[in-house]
This record gives sequence, C-alpha cells and structure tokens, in this order.
Amino acid sequence: MKTNDAAVQVRELRKTYGQKNAVDGVSFDISAGETFALLGPNGAGKSTTIEILEGYRSRTGGEVRVLGTDPAKGGLDWKSRLGIVLQSTGETGLVTVAEQLKHFAGFYPNPRDVDEVIAAVGLEPQAKTRIAKLSGGQQRRVDVALGIIGRPELLFLDEPTTGFDPEARRHFWQVIRGLKAEGTTILLTTHYLDEAAQLADRAGVIAGGRLVDIGGIDEIGGADARVPLVRWRDRDGALREEHTDEPGRVVASVVASLGGEPADLEVIRPSLEDIYLQLIRSVDSAAQPEEVLA
Amino acid sequence: MSMVTLGASRIGYETKTYFRSPDTLFFTFFFPFVMLAIFTAAFSAQGEVGPPGAEISIGAYYLPGMIAAGILLSGVQNLAVDIAMEKSNGTLKRLGGTPLSPISYFLGKIGQVFVTGVLQAALLILAGWLVLGIELPTEPEKWFTFAWVFVLGLVTCALVGIALSAVPRSGKSATAVVIPIVLLLQFISGVYLQWNMLPAWLQDIASLFPLKWIAQGMRSVFLPDGWEALEQNGSWNLTGVAIALGIWLVVGLVLSRVTFRWIRRDA
Repeated sequence: MKTNDAAVQVRELRKTYGQKNAVDGVSFDISAGETFALLGPNGAGKSTTIEILEGYRSRTGGEVRVLGTDPAKGGLDWKSRLGIVLQSTGETGLVTVAEQLKHFAGFYPNPRDVDEVIAAVGLEPQAKTRIAKLSGGQQRRVDVALGIIGRPELLFLDEPTTGFDPEARRHFWQVIRGLKAEGTTILLTTHYLDEAAQLADRAGVIAGGRLVDIGGIDEIGGADARVPLVRWRDRDGALREEHTDEPGRVVASVVASLGGEPADLEVIRPSLEDIYLQLIRSVDSAAQPEEVLA
Repeated sequence: MSMVTLGASRIGYETKTYFRSPDTLFFTFFFPFVMLAIFTAAFSAQGEVGPPGAEISIGAYYLPGMIAAGILLSGVQNLAVDIAMEKSNGTLKRLGGTPLSPISYFLGKIGQVFVTGVLQAALLILAGWLVLGIELPTEPEKWFTFAWVFVLGLVTCALVGIALSAVPRSGKSATAVVIPIVLLLQFISGVYLQWNMLPAWLQDIASLFPLKWIAQGMRSVFLPDGWEALEQNGSWNLTGVAIALGIWLVVGLVLSRVTFRWIRRDA
C-alpha cells in the first residue's frame, strides 16, 4: 500500500439489527500512520463499527476499505497486516506469557521479537507465568502484546487500558507512541478522554449510530466549545462564571472591582472530556422526542 | 508458514493445554481408567464370564469397552466442550482475527485428539496387561483391525465433537449439553453394561450411533473366539463397523463444515 492512501475508508456505513439501526450512515477516513480515536457512549455503535472493520461482522450497507480490502472479503494475507486488541477476553490462560506470544508470532510472516514485545508491555518478570495467574491489568497487557506481535500496519485497540492503574496506563501510552513512531496506523476506542487526547491525532464522536463530530483532537467540538471559563465568587459569596477568550483581562478586571484576591478563582480550559460530554448531551437532548415515539 | 506447519504448531499447543487442564484430564483422559477399575472391582466376585470354553475375567471383558469409551470421550466430549468453551470465552474470536487458517486450527484439534487418544489407549492396554493380567491378542490381523477401528473411530468422534460444539448456547452449558449424551451412549452401547444383556430394541437404538460400532470392533480384537455368538446376528460384522463409522464420519465432516464460525453469527 502506498503511504498516501487512506488506511481505512468508511462511507455511509450502516448496520441494522432487526428494526434498530446500530450504525446509521457513518463516514470517515484514517490516513496511513495516523492515530484515530473513535469516541462515544456505550451502545453508540463504536464496537459494531470497529468489528465491521476488523472483519468480524457483516454490514447492512455502505462501503468499507481497510488496507485497500473489503473486510467482508479479507483473506489470511489481509489479516496478517492487522493487529486486533478486542474489548474483553476471558480465555483459560493455561499457557505462559512467553509461550502464548511465541505461538502467536508463528502465525505471522514477519513477527516482532517475542522478548522485545514482552519487554515493551512491561511483562518481563511475568514472562514465565501462566496467563491465568496474572492480574486483570497484566492480562490486558498480554492482549496488547498479542495485538502487536505480528508487526501490524493497522492496529485496532478497543478500550485497551480498561483496568490499568495510572502508571500502567502511562507506560502503555509510551508503547503506543513507539508504534506511532514506527508508522503504525491506529484505530483506538476508549472511555478515557485524556487517553484519546494524549494519543490520537484525530477523533470521531459517535452517538446513536451517527458520527456527530470529527476532526483534529484540538478542533473537535468547534472553537466555541474551547473558550476558557473564568469562575470566582463575588463579594456576596455567589459563584460567578464568564466564558471568555481573554481570561487574563477578565481576572484583572475582577481583581480590580473586588479590590483584592477573588475567592475560589479558577481559569478552566475545557478538556476533551468536557467537550465530549457537551457533544453527547446535545445529541441526547436532540434525540429525545424521537426516542419517545419509538 | 504453511497451513500444515501451523497445524503442527497448533497440535503442540493444544496438547500442552490439554494436559494442563485438570477437568479434561480427569473426565476425558483418566475416566476410562477409573471406570475399568470400578467395574473390575465391583464384579470381580462373579468370577469369569462368557460362553462355555471362552470364559474371561470381568476386567478382560471391560477392556475393549473402555478403549471404545476413551475414543468417544477424547473425540466427542473433549472437542464438543472445548470448542464451545473457546467460542464463548473469546479464544476463537481472537484466533479469527489472526492469519491462522481454520484448517490449521482443526488440524490442531484433531491432532490433539490423536496424541491424547493414542496415549490413553496405550495406557489402558498396558494397565490391563500389567495390572489386571489380561491376555492380549497375538494375531497380527487382530491388531490390524484394532488400528483401523481406532483411527476411523477417533477421526469420526473428533468430527462429531466439532459438529456438536455448535449446539451449546454458552460455554457454561457445554458440559450440561454434552455429558448426558456421551454418558447415555456409554450405557446403551455395551461399554458399562454387558452388550448381550441389553434388550434387542435398545441394541437397535444404540446401532444408530457410532459408539456401539467402535465397541463392537474393539470386542472383536480383545475378546476370544466364541464371543461373537453374543453379538447381533452372531457375528463381529466388521463390514458393518466400517460402514456405520464411515457414515458418521461424513455426517460429522459436513456438519462441522456447515456450522463452524469463529464467532457466533450476528443477526
């Protein structure tokens, strides 16, 4: 595949279960080498979309190309270029970490070195431990290791850090940055918006089966959603807020009018999480009447 | 890597996990040993059994039945439960996202059934010979019969097991679905209960399923001449054994091919 081609192309993707439109006309592209976060509440259609791209599910309508191939027709050669970290796994884990990785490495034409992958996910001390005996977070790291062992061009990460402690999460982010540096294209879903902000170049927000916004991680939600908020207490103790592009000037004028330090002064720049929640809320309220009818 | 090389790698992996799973080891691998020991102990007071001139010890009578039961357990019970579990716990979904071919996956399963089934049968025969002092056949043609009944029976049971794995709705219900079927077959097919003591109508029902034919083939190998008089139509009917197992092999193959999915198909 040429590097200027899109690694993933999705056009008007639809998936219907009975009467329910789980995915309802979603379109997006992911460029080669890009990290794209697909965000949205549970049941929004994220997992259905990602599983259609991975080739697990059939689609009702629309066009999909993953590494230039229709996933519904993807063969073993196509699969050897993908890495898939599924949302949850509950395997019996009767083999050790090293045994499992060595075995899976054998499936791929050009796998990564097993010891290097074990080191990258920080499981060196557990390499000879049976997977069943690991903690939940450690087992998740095995999932990630199995996802990258085949040196994938495109890596799917479906809620990869659920159950990680903060340190493990930061370690995981380092691993992903390493993969990005090597040119791996990544499709990430996560409920941790800070994770998306840390890792993704672009994000799409999906709600009710539709893509409600898509853009650079610094642009999503629009410029208005990013206007800083100044918050303080006035002389009577009442909480005051003001959205402003000039928070310094507002703070200065508040200080001047109060004649001193304002209580509980804050300047808040909306995080991706704030912006995301606002997006989802606006979709929810718009969808309300429709749901009543349904 | 080729499908066959990967299949070989899967056989090693599958066999390793088989022997690390205590449930499988007891209920599949050692179960026929336990039953052989129990029946031998329970009925030893009866003394020798069989038609006049061909009397044998009760242990010698039960040995071929337990070898047949081992083939059924290693194939049907083992794979039906194992694959149903792998389907429900995400193992198959993970494998389905890798470039592993389903053919290599099944080579691994059938290979595992072979490795463990051969080991089980060898240990049963050895235990019968050394511990119970059972006389083993010396004629090469009997061992030839043993070989083809064993191989045909094992492949058939493996395929039927793969097909049956599609039935349980969840991993948890797999044993509840599979074990009663397997247990029932062992009771009506001359494994636990002496074949010639079963009423004709029950024998006819048992004849619809593969275990009866595997057990009959094994009895023809391990029981002395004279015992064939106690079979249906007074004959070992090895042609019938081959035909019945051949039919079940094809049924198992077709059903496995049609029903297997890496994941449950969505609506």
